[in-house]
Amino acid sequence: MHRYVRRAAAASTALALALLAACGAGSGDDGKTVRLVTHDSFNVSKSVLKKFTERTGYKVEVVSGGDAGAMVNQAALNKGNPQGDVLFGVDTALLSRALDQKIFTPYRAKGLDKVPERYRADDRNRVTPVDSGEICVNYDRKYFAEKDLEPPRTLDDLTKPAYRDLLVTENAATSSPGLGFLLATVDEYGEDGWNSYWKKLRANGVEVVDGWEQAYNDRFSGSRGGKGEGDRPLVVSYASSPPVEVVDADPKPKQAPTGVARETCFQQVEFAGLLDGAGNAEGGRKLLDFLLGKEFQEDMPLQMFVNPVREDARLPELFTRYGEQAKDPATMAPERIADNHEQWVKAWTSLVVK
Amino acid sequence: MDVTRREVVRAKGRFASGNLVRLGLMAVPFVFFGLFFAYPVAAIVGRGLRPEGAWAFSVLGEVLADPAIGRVLWFTLWQAAASTALTLALGVPAAYVFARLEFPGKRLLRAVLVIPFVLPTVVAGSAFLALLGRGGVLDGLFGVRLDTSVWAILVAHVFFNFAVVVRTVGGLWAQLDPRQEEAARVLGAGRAAAWRRVVLPALAPSIGAASLIVFLFTFTSFGIVQILGGPRYATLEVEIYRQTADLFQLPTAAVLTLLQLLVVVLLLAWHARTVRKRESTLSLVPAEQTAHPPRGRGQWALLWAVLGVVGVLVVAPLAVLVERSFNGPDGYGLTFYRQLFTDTGNTTFPVPPIAAVGNSLAYAAAATALALVVGSLAATALTVRRGAGGPGRLVRGFDALLMLPLGTSAVTVGFGFLVALDEPPLDLRESWLLVPLAQALVGVPFVVRTLLPVLRAVDVRLRESAAVLGASPLRVWREVDLPMVGRSAAVAAGFAFAVSLGEFGATVFLARPDAPTLPVAVARFLGRAGEANYGQAMALSTLLMVVCGATLLVLERVRTHSAGEF
Amino acid sequence: MLELDGVTVRFGTRTALEEVQLAVAEREIVCVLGPSGSGKSTLLRVVAGLQDPESGAVRLAGQDQARVPVHRRGVGLMFQDQQLFPQRDVGGNVAFGLRMHGVPAERRARRVAELLGVVGLPGAEHRAVASLSGGEQQRVALARALAPQPRLLMLDEPLGQLDRGLRERLTRELRRIFTELGTTALAVTHDQSEAFALADRVVVMEEGRIAQQGTPLEVWRQPASEFVARFLGFENVVTATVHGDGVATPWGKAPAPADWPDGEVRLLVRPTGVRLGPAGTGLRCTVEARTFRGGSGSTVTLLLRPAGGGPPLEASCPLGEAPEEGDVVGATLDPDELVLLGGA
Repeated sequence: MHRYVRRAAAASTALALALLAACGAGSGDDGKTVRLVTHDSFNVSKSVLKKFTERTGYKVEVVSGGDAGAMVNQAALNKGNPQGDVLFGVDTALLSRALDQKIFTPYRAKGLDKVPERYRADDRNRVTPVDSGEICVNYDRKYFAEKDLEPPRTLDDLTKPAYRDLLVTENAATSSPGLGFLLATVDEYGEDGWNSYWKKLRANGVEVVDGWEQAYNDRFSGSRGGKGEGDRPLVVSYASSPPVEVVDADPKPKQAPTGVARETCFQQVEFAGLLDGAGNAEGGRKLLDFLLGKEFQEDMPLQMFVNPVREDARLPELFTRYGEQAKDPATMAPERIADNHEQWVKAWTSLVVK
Repeated sequence: MDVTRREVVRAKGRFASGNLVRLGLMAVPFVFFGLFFAYPVAAIVGRGLRPEGAWAFSVLGEVLADPAIGRVLWFTLWQAAASTALTLALGVPAAYVFARLEFPGKRLLRAVLVIPFVLPTVVAGSAFLALLGRGGVLDGLFGVRLDTSVWAILVAHVFFNFAVVVRTVGGLWAQLDPRQEEAARVLGAGRAAAWRRVVLPALAPSIGAASLIVFLFTFTSFGIVQILGGPRYATLEVEIYRQTADLFQLPTAAVLTLLQLLVVVLLLAWHARTVRKRESTLSLVPAEQTAHPPRGRGQWALLWAVLGVVGVLVVAPLAVLVERSFNGPDGYGLTFYRQLFTDTGNTTFPVPPIAAVGNSLAYAAAATALALVVGSLAATALTVRRGAGGPGRLVRGFDALLMLPLGTSAVTVGFGFLVALDEPPLDLRESWLLVPLAQALVGVPFVVRTLLPVLRAVDVRLRESAAVLGASPLRVWREVDLPMVGRSAAVAAGFAFAVSLGEFGATVFLARPDAPTLPVAVARFLGRAGEANYGQAMALSTLLMVVCGATLLVLERVRTHSAGEF
Repeated sequence: MLELDGVTVRFGTRTALEEVQLAVAEREIVCVLGPSGSGKSTLLRVVAGLQDPESGAVRLAGQDQARVPVHRRGVGLMFQDQQLFPQRDVGGNVAFGLRMHGVPAERRARRVAELLGVVGLPGAEHRAVASLSGGEQQRVALARALAPQPRLLMLDEPLGQLDRGLRERLTRELRRIFTELGTTALAVTHDQSEAFALADRVVVMEEGRIAQQGTPLEVWRQPASEFVARFLGFENVVTATVHGDGVATPWGKAPAPADWPDGEVRLLVRPTGVRLGPAGTGLRCTVEARTFRGGSGSTVTLLLRPAGGGPPLEASCPLGEAPEEGDVVGATLDPDELVLLGGA
């Protein structure tokens, strides 16, 4: 016991010293690192990142701030004294807040001319579009084949008796796909109509769970992670979920086990921007160029399962073979989302909870 | 006359020097809490209440008048009270069984009980739904589903907090002299009356301590309420998270944080008052003397009932996770475990995921060391013998202050760190130390609670005889206190370690992406579709359980009868 | 009042009580005497119902107690280390049993005051248990046990941890109180002087069995076995041979009563039965040690070493006549002080 105590004492002394050292040293910016603040879903191939370092001499350090919402809010709190140089992962729903909080400084990234107009959201170039993804209803192919039932295609279909008690979705108050699905219905049925749509959906037995993890892994019968033990063959997920289901499969099947209801989608664009007050603004600009570069854009689909915004970026085979394109996905102006977000979620909550 | 005056003078001298020592010892914990708790929380609350540099107190009235907030507060309070009552109702009989009855596998089972404590809620919630939700055991047997009702939340709270009651209450119960009960029986008290009038009052302080902890944990419950209750139910904690992280309504969040703190402070004050009244010297005996194999039909029935509850409530959900971690694409095997060792080639896991085990252990070790240093200094300060009419209020206030982090929202602390610790010389935002610092905040109360009773029990005469033999005060502490406290320091370290191992709420904000802890890595896997990700999440969760279980089993060996409340 | 009929208790393979037969009459004070581990405490626990016997019956006032729970047996038990309830004051402790029996508050208070008077602690109702001295705690424990007027009061080492003077005083007091209140009492102790002073009848236990019972005087004068003799502190136990009207011991011959059987026997020679004379009479011995025990008897215990070899001999004699250490004396045996021991 004596030995134990003595060792604990030694360890704590070392710790106290380390604490002092850390306090004294502060953040060591040597001009050779560029910091990317992002959410915890960010992912890139190490080989691609290495090329950036080889070309520019900058090492990329990733700083994570929880989910996208928490990340933007942290950046807003640290406005002018940011944790990094570039922030990536502001989606359509969060864009207004990020711009209102003035956390970004304008920069027109190289390669923006290759990005179609519909993805751009700020003519002052405070943010740069990087990827787009669709939130769509997914279905379990096996279930519908066994039941000899046509899978749903549209939002209207979901209220039909044939699909009673089949759909599971996420809490719009806390989950990003949950919110996206709500926005899709607002876009489709308008300010006056979405309420009654959700009433019908409720009458048709929609189930709301907290997050994507519970909905997709636990309740959806088509996910391989859940071993097909889920009880609901319809789930709100992403257009890219079917390719993900086969990414590790060996040998590759003919068809993904799940499909996408192509007219139920809501399109989200994710943006990046140079943080105001960045310690390494030069490196940050280079990093933004890189995010719009072809290498990164072509690496993205298999790492983050989103679509590139660059026209000339080629989709990997996995996507072309197993992926399904959304048909006329719903979109919404960031300002409109910002203005109505809280009120819609409140109304939605009282609709589905009752 | 003369003598009395000299007495007074001496007492005063003692008072002054005792106080000085106490203040000296308190300095480190005091600075620690000031810098890493009070300052960040004040900073984030200040941000909310002074948006434009001027106090905006109107928001106070607006938020408090909102009936929706009233409902949230009401739900938070009653579910915490109900969860605490339910945990006590199931936990106290279990505490008896674990304290007084001998049965094979007791040590192992007691370690297993603590595992839920370290599991990320999203993992535990998933396992829980598999058992009590649709298609679960209850559904299959009786057609009962709990996942749609508030019962799911209450039962899950029991799952997480069961060990607190069993360990806290059971620890004392094992040492209560059984003859106290027998004395009451011989005097004519029935079994129930003897329990109510003799055993229960003796257990009251430990039941009070356990209730306090369980209430604080459930009062600030976040993940469980979200997963099992969303969107129907929300606690203050969930609402604070939503207002801070989703809606960026800092004023509202600030008011809610203050509201939460107010309730916690009132609770702590009330607890301190009632417990002080109840404290009395008990006749204790070594725990090994009181346990015996079950006798009679009643004890056997109780044993089986408790084992049944533990089996359904704790062991079965854990077993589900383990089962899933082995259930690979080609039947049962180690596929997912093998995948943990492969380099993914991307930045989600820049190193093979198995490295999360190392990260977790390193962070938890650092947090444990911090918690031990701060906690033992605080505990020592609280035991320094007070002079005549010593500063009891100051001590009690300090004692309560140490408990506050347990009742404060993780997102408040996490965001507070980012706001407050962002300028040199204290720009710790990039430092790896942030994680152990945040974790130690939660660990310190456990260390203090464990060490205090032992330090208080060290016989003053031992210290006096060491001093008479020529030992300086520091030397007395090293030669007398430290060796006696060593063993329970190990127990305290174990709890701090387990708490750090499982901490998620603050860590997820603060851990660097290239060095995720086990719970953070599990969450990262679960957030991605596909069998391999899900399977690896389960495999990592299983490893987390093993690490935690192994730590606790080692500590079971050094656990002594003099260990404190937890 | 109390009857134990063939009571046996085993803990695993260890036998704590074996086929115990014991009866206690109304108003009788019985002391069970024995070394630690002889099953004394288990005996009390069986009677109280805190321990179920493996076989045999416990009867109180003729009624079998097998199915009667502890709190309905109407017996009192004073524990070895008192077991006062620390969270209650003195009055609360004494009143506990009365409350359990539903005695109204007013009568309760009167009875508590009365009992505290009996045990010599008048007005101590509101004192904290922790503030009491050892002797005071014993008195409170006694008052608590007496309060519900148990038909049988049992005491486990009632005076165990007290110093000698206090113990002797309390022993006398206990006897006075029991006689005064007409209490039937069953006490266990390992201290023979305590047992002899307190009891009407003494029961000596050996490894779960009753070795002997009788009045203190009977047991003292006629120990039934070598175990009892040695437990009572007698050292002069030897093998001797009886032949007709004489008995041959290593310390010499002595006349034997007519009813002694011929052959080898175990024999106890009381120290008071060793008569000392000048060297040359009887067995020639050297005084090896001399111990003065104090007390009212003023006797000295001598350890004698026979000159011709053989076991040492203990003798006691009045202080005034005692030889010095190193003196040579002659020892003869008083036939009246020889005790034939059973169960060699």
